[in-house]
Amino acid sequence: MPDTFSFGIDPLTCHAWNHDHSQLALSPNNHEVHVYKWSDGKWKLSDVLAEHVQRVTGIDWAPKSNRIVTCGVDRNAYVWTLQPDGKWKPALVILRINRAATCVKWSPLETKFAVGSGARLISVCYFEQENDWWVSKHIKKPIRSTVTCIDWHPNNILLACGSSDFKARVFSAYIKEVDEKPNATSWGSKMPFGNLMAEFSNGSGGWVHGISFSASGEKVAWVGHDSSISVVNAADGSKLTTLKTDSLPFVTLTWIKENNIVVAGYDCSPAVFSYDGENVVLIARLDDSETKQQQGSKFSAMKHFRSLDNRATVESNDTTLETVHQNTVTQVTIYAGTKANCTKCSTSGIDGQLVIWDLRSLENSGSNSA
Amino acid sequence: MSKNTRNTAFRKVDVDQYGEEVYEEDQTADEGATGPSDAEVQSMLAKGRNGDALQYVLTNAPLTSKNQGVKDKAAQTVLKVLMSLKANEIEGSLKGLDQAKQDTLMKYIYRGFENPSEGSSAQLLVWHDKLFAATGVGSIVRVLTDRKRV
Repeated sequence: MPDTFSFGIDPLTCHAWNHDHSQLALSPNNHEVHVYKWSDGKWKLSDVLAEHVQRVTGIDWAPKSNRIVTCGVDRNAYVWTLQPDGKWKPALVILRINRAATCVKWSPLETKFAVGSGARLISVCYFEQENDWWVSKHIKKPIRSTVTCIDWHPNNILLACGSSDFKARVFSAYIKEVDEKPNATSWGSKMPFGNLMAEFSNGSGGWVHGISFSASGEKVAWVGHDSSISVVNAADGSKLTTLKTDSLPFVTLTWIKENNIVVAGYDCSPAVFSYDGENVVLIARLDDSETKQQQGSKFSAMKHFRSLDNRATVESNDTTLETVHQNTVTQVTIYAGTKANCTKCSTSGIDGQLVIWDLRSLENSGSNSA
Repeated sequence: MSKNTRNTAFRKVDVDQYGEEVYEEDQTADEGATGPSDAEVQSMLAKGRNGDALQYVLTNAPLTSKNQGVKDKAAQTVLKVLMSLKANEIEGSLKGLDQAKQDTLMKYIYRGFENPSEGSSAQLLVWHDKLFAATGVGSIVRVLTDRKRV
């Protein structure tokens, strides 16, 4: 059974875990970030970070340095550091953008972070010791519309970004002040800052909603609004494989093994797909494997009439969905494990719920449902 | 005092074209795409090869053409084919379609809904129902997001 936590009726815009998932930061679709601590079997609100003046669009929590970075519609980003007295202190980052920030991610070594924005550019920010502030550098060309999603390559240099100009791109975000000269990768060997390493079109249309590098960085996968999932394998000559699914579009994804991705979106139900070099194939829907064991999927007349009787109605106006999430899932993140081997993942959505899914049972029941 | 206060030609300049935010579509127009030949389709329908006619019009759909006239003519041809198949033949003809053709067919079904004529919508609904059973909502989403319009 997946663990479900409800945080009210407001949608959860985004969420992030600390290094041992004992703490959770999320935004309930407003300008605040709520930090929760796990104690006595439930989530207790421990802090409210209220520095943004408009809706918070992205949160990321650096596991090693324990810093939180947030970005919002107010065109700002803040880096929050935990003080000895337990309070979070914000540091404003001047992104120099004239549109809303849409997403933010710490780099793997936590020396910099990247912010996507509606200003059609990515702000890569690093800390300058002499002036004690965060400096931002822009990646602009050839992005032609809002940057909707970003993800870092494990080498701390390359950055994948999806945009509403229907393209997925890989850029170099090499900053000489904080980075060592990188070795050549399958994406290329020359990596000056802002260099476009690769660009892919999302089929014949559809915004790119989510993008993710695999654990090794050799593959990048993205989901588009045309209900498609695409994978590019740089190790195999940048071969592009696309699967056009028969469900509503997915908006978020992450790799959970070197060849498996979990996606979620408008159909309110996370699903696991596998990439074998040639095809992208559906392996399992996380809702099926969890809830089917609980109740039979057969319609029970007895249950139906009993529930009608309870509510004293003539017909059933039940709008509850059969899936765990009752509305679109907007984010899926790794909860336990790494991109190479994820044992649990968490999803949050417009229904105000945060659900933790156990992926290990997938391997056990996989052989049954296959 | 400004000398040329009478010259108001500047008011007619379209300032939007000079904005740096203007998004231009990728120029991948295929001028050679002329769509299915009407004569071919007529002959196939006359011989009763309805399934083949469907395959033919979907394969030759002018998706990349920028010529609206070509697209309109193709849409009419496709509509003719869709109307000519009987209800019990529809399922059989759908079986032979790969995913790309299914998406194209769904686009034509919605195009047909846009310009309803006598009895066309009813037949199109039957098509829609059968195709939807095979493809799910995904193909309908692609009708809305695909830049290559039909």
